[in-house]
Amino acid sequence: MAEHGAHGAHTEFTEHIVPLKVYVGVFLALLVGTALTTGVAYIDLGRWNTVAALAIAVVKMLLVVLFFMHVKYNPGLTRVIIIGAFFWLGIMICFSMADELTRSWEYNPASWTGTILPYVSRFLF
Amino acid sequence: MSETAVNEIAHHPNPTGFAHQFEDIDQQHEAGRLGMWIFLATEVLFFGGMFTSYTIYRALHLPSFVIGSHMLEVQFGATNTVVLICSSLTMALAIRSAQVGKSKSAIIFYLVLTMILGALFLGLKLRFEWYHDYVEHIVPGFGFVYRPEWGSAAPGVQMFMCFYFLMTGLHAIHMVVGLGILGVLVGMAARGRFTSQYYVPLEISGLYWHFVDIVWIFLFPLLYLIGGRYSAGG
Repeated sequence: MAEHGAHGAHTEFTEHIVPLKVYVGVFLALLVGTALTTGVAYIDLGRWNTVAALAIAVVKMLLVVLFFMHVKYNPGLTRVIIIGAFFWLGIMICFSMADELTRSWEYNPASWTGTILPYVSRFLF
Repeated sequence: MSETAVNEIAHHPNPTGFAHQFEDIDQQHEAGRLGMWIFLATEVLFFGGMFTSYTIYRALHLPSFVIGSHMLEVQFGATNTVVLICSSLTMALAIRSAQVGKSKSAIIFYLVLTMILGALFLGLKLRFEWYHDYVEHIVPGFGFVYRPEWGSAAPGVQMFMCFYFLMTGLHAIHMVVGLGILGVLVGMAARGRFTSQYYVPLEISGLYWHFVDIVWIFLFPLLYLIGGRYSAGG
């Protein structure tokens, strides 16, 4: 689409007006994503239902962030802030889960795979 | 703030809204946008705390959370998702109208459309979801009643409903704040404050509005769909 190097090459701030058809395309993609995530929930995929729902939500978020919020056309500093935000969010989620889901572990389990895998799968699915 | 701006207009050939502490309008624009992104980073962690707690309690009480999730009406959640996506499009078009130098009536048209869609979201949520939940006695703290068919899962169901009302309530508060911001923007647009050179308030308010949309993009599958609807009893 807009791979003409409007960003990156410039050191100074450059305004970028997003073409109308990009906005409409992203809008339609978001509607399709909403229909898809609703439809998939009615199909029994077992533990993959959760993965599918979150994957579609992440794709929708990326579409909004990159195009509606202009991050695709923004200087790198914006991306540093966004990546930082999600990095700390990851720390919060991972450390909290690591604490909460391992409280009942034995100190010397007979089998690590028998101990870890059920907890990991329960967290994910 | 506005006095400073008026002084600047009187003494400099700068476009409307230019504040004297910046080198030029581009630097001002970038500073405003960066400030908004830093605020949104704190918002990611603010909502992230709730998402983290939700994930932990969902892992600990999965059967209860599936029962709770199945009590929510998917059609209203999906409709509201579409309403918010439409409002994000109209918000983006309002900013674009300013960027390409369209008349102030075009900007106001898209802003008012965004406000109507935002109000529609809140109206649907209040009338068809929260009020319905209140009548059904599944609002914690407002006559929540354990149902016999939940059995020992009942406390977990109440926990799910706590998460549901806290998360959607927090989101709704953000929507109300967003509507207030949009109202201010309509006033600014009506006074002709926005030009193709100066639209920072429009753009950073747009960032906030899109962020609130993204929160809902995650709330909808997490609250309404997770656990799968294929075995939904009611």
